[in-house]
Amino acid sequence: MKLIEKMVSCTINGIHVNVEKGTTILQAAKKIGIHIPTLCHLDLHDIGIVNKSANCRVCVVEDENKNALVPSCSEVVRDGMKIQTDSLKAVMGRRTSLELLLSNHPRDCLTCVKNLDCELQALAHEMNIREIHYKGEKMSHPIDNTSFAIIKDSNKCIMCRRCVTMCNEVQTVGVLNPLKRGFDVVVATAFHLDLNDTSCTYCGQCVSVCPTGALAERNHSSMVWRALNDPTKHVVVQIAPAVRVAIGEEFGYEPGEVSTGKIVASLKRMGFDQVFDTNFGADLTIIEEATEFVHRLENNGRLPMLTSCCPAWVQFIEHQFPELLDVPSTCQSPHIMVGSLIKTYYAEKNKIEPKDIVSVSVMPCVAKKAEVSREELTHNDLSDVDYVITTRELSRMIKEAAIDFKQLKDQNFDELLGESTGAATIFGATGGVVEAATRTAYEMITGKELKEVNFKQFRGLQGIREAEVQIGDKTLRVGIAHELGNARKLLEEIRDGKSHFDIIEIMACPGGCIGGGGQPYHHGDINILKKRAQALYDLDEKMEKRKSHENEMVVKLYEDFLGQPGNHKAHELLHTFYSAKPRI
Amino acid sequence: MKSDILDMSNLCKNKLSELDDYIASLEGNKQEQLIHVLHKAQGLFGYLPHNLQLYVARALDLPAAKVNGVVTFYSYFTEKPTGKNVICVCMGTACYVKGAQKVLDEVLKQTNSKKNDISPDGLFTVKEVRCIGACGLAPVMTVNDKVYGNVDEREIADIISKFKGGHNEN
Repeated sequence: MKLIEKMVSCTINGIHVNVEKGTTILQAAKKIGIHIPTLCHLDLHDIGIVNKSANCRVCVVEDENKNALVPSCSEVVRDGMKIQTDSLKAVMGRRTSLELLLSNHPRDCLTCVKNLDCELQALAHEMNIREIHYKGEKMSHPIDNTSFAIIKDSNKCIMCRRCVTMCNEVQTVGVLNPLKRGFDVVVATAFHLDLNDTSCTYCGQCVSVCPTGALAERNHSSMVWRALNDPTKHVVVQIAPAVRVAIGEEFGYEPGEVSTGKIVASLKRMGFDQVFDTNFGADLTIIEEATEFVHRLENNGRLPMLTSCCPAWVQFIEHQFPELLDVPSTCQSPHIMVGSLIKTYYAEKNKIEPKDIVSVSVMPCVAKKAEVSREELTHNDLSDVDYVITTRELSRMIKEAAIDFKQLKDQNFDELLGESTGAATIFGATGGVVEAATRTAYEMITGKELKEVNFKQFRGLQGIREAEVQIGDKTLRVGIAHELGNARKLLEEIRDGKSHFDIIEIMACPGGCIGGGGQPYHHGDINILKKRAQALYDLDEKMEKRKSHENEMVVKLYEDFLGQPGNHKAHELLHTFYSAKPRI
Repeated sequence: MKSDILDMSNLCKNKLSELDDYIASLEGNKQEQLIHVLHKAQGLFGYLPHNLQLYVARALDLPAAKVNGVVTFYSYFTEKPTGKNVICVCMGTACYVKGAQKVLDEVLKQTNSKKNDISPDGLFTVKEVRCIGACGLAPVMTVNDKVYGNVDEREIADIISKFKGGHNEN
């Protein structure tokens, strides 16, 4: 009886459908296989991301009882509703909404960064728009290209508010908001400040969900091409774990296809002198981080310790919780570690002047573009990493170079900074860093071999997860958060003295780096993120070595160059510090 | 970082402490009472400069972009200092037909100011507004709370001169 009360029924295109109360017309239609186009709508409810602004009116359908058009993304099904999604009125209504949006759009698709990856463009195609009947005023906003990471061209904005939802509700950073009203509305920073002058973390989740080219990463590929074609430069590249399970999507592979060998092969074809693996840096991070953690644990140091691999998260704590800067590990992010070793260890071994080296990182991340410009990540006036390009930028460069990606034969990383373990691979997924750290910390603390290396309780997509692990006589309390809004909750607990964790892993992006701001666009499909994460765990499973301290080249690095983990030299090259920044 | 926004030293301490008291006196969820707080702040300072908006944002633990969004949404709020006297010239259809443009031009000339900007002597801000519901008196203008109907541009110098004494405290 109760169940029936909770259910409502309607017809959609004459088909009868029963749904739970509160279901939107869009959801009900989907249930019976009826597709309704959407634009502003975004629903990743598995990870708490829903944008239901009903702003674009592209999803309108006809409510026959009311003889009116209603937005299907937000209108809930009521008993006895008669909906037509394909009547002339509905189709023309949607077309008008789209044409109006297009009438105030630059329509420079051929040269737009989102060409063929744009949801507005795709809809114009889907709705068979061949002419735009409305001519009127167009927005004219200056382009914000002040930041190292994100370019904002409000003239391409369609006011879908997805970025506003990400920035405010999901990440709780609150940098982007609609200003003014009516035609003058613009999604902008407070007082139209440059993004660089705000508390933007550069997480790039606004870029990830922007349906058009209004938000995009700053393109660094031309600088990389220039370096590659400069005979006086020795150009070295490294790739992050999450890149290898996502870039295939840009070449027609299924999400989660592992293309490590093909990426290495294409980078070599493009002319990089050495191709290294950020996973090496991940293993190294674990050695340093676990050393630091065990030290804090055994010496009554500041607990919980927070991981520090994610530059957006670091930026977040600096702006939002400046009183907690002693909490994160001082470890640099893995690619910065590899970057500093490229210009010291690698340069020394190969007798190359560090100033002649151009170091490039291929990252799933937009924040890392901003990270490399941080002053403290510079040694002897040389940046540890010179350029960061995203997974998307690399895929464009491969296409630009006319490399037939699918036909490439797999190649291996170069030796010196190329070896890695399974522990490093899972750095790309939420929970992966702390799982890797636990594998090493366990053996460091107990001196015994860890038999079961899978800590499945750390995995998954729940926003905040907690787990306990028995290490000898100590129960390690582990917290994990992805998305900065979830991180905020854990940080507030720490600030208020209520945190009961020993170690907390935080990643800014949904799902971790696999959902990074620089990854191929997921267009709201959560399964893509799940498949990428699974691919990383499968890779780990297949590796012979699955603990970071078993990485022989890392061991050799300590023997030949660094000395002991956590010592002075390691600190100078592999650790960093944080500074309080204003919240604005 | 743009220092003029972070620097709050030019905001009158007494007024800020009055604003603090007002915020402290609010019951319930203070963040939801942003509009009241902004109303109070504008009442105290005459307008809402950026640093004052940031001050409010921090006091209520809201993102500055959110506060700025609200301030720029409502035409009642102003980010620019206003003159001691605010003159609104109605440019609604009836007034426009009856020569409101001439009235506006003359008002700007007599006050030596530009539309929506404070006059150099700080005494006037001239705004162009849409219908104020007094079409029978077109063309209409208001100075502060006083309404002037059937305005002839030749009378304007006289009207303005009545407000030329004193100085702007905003």
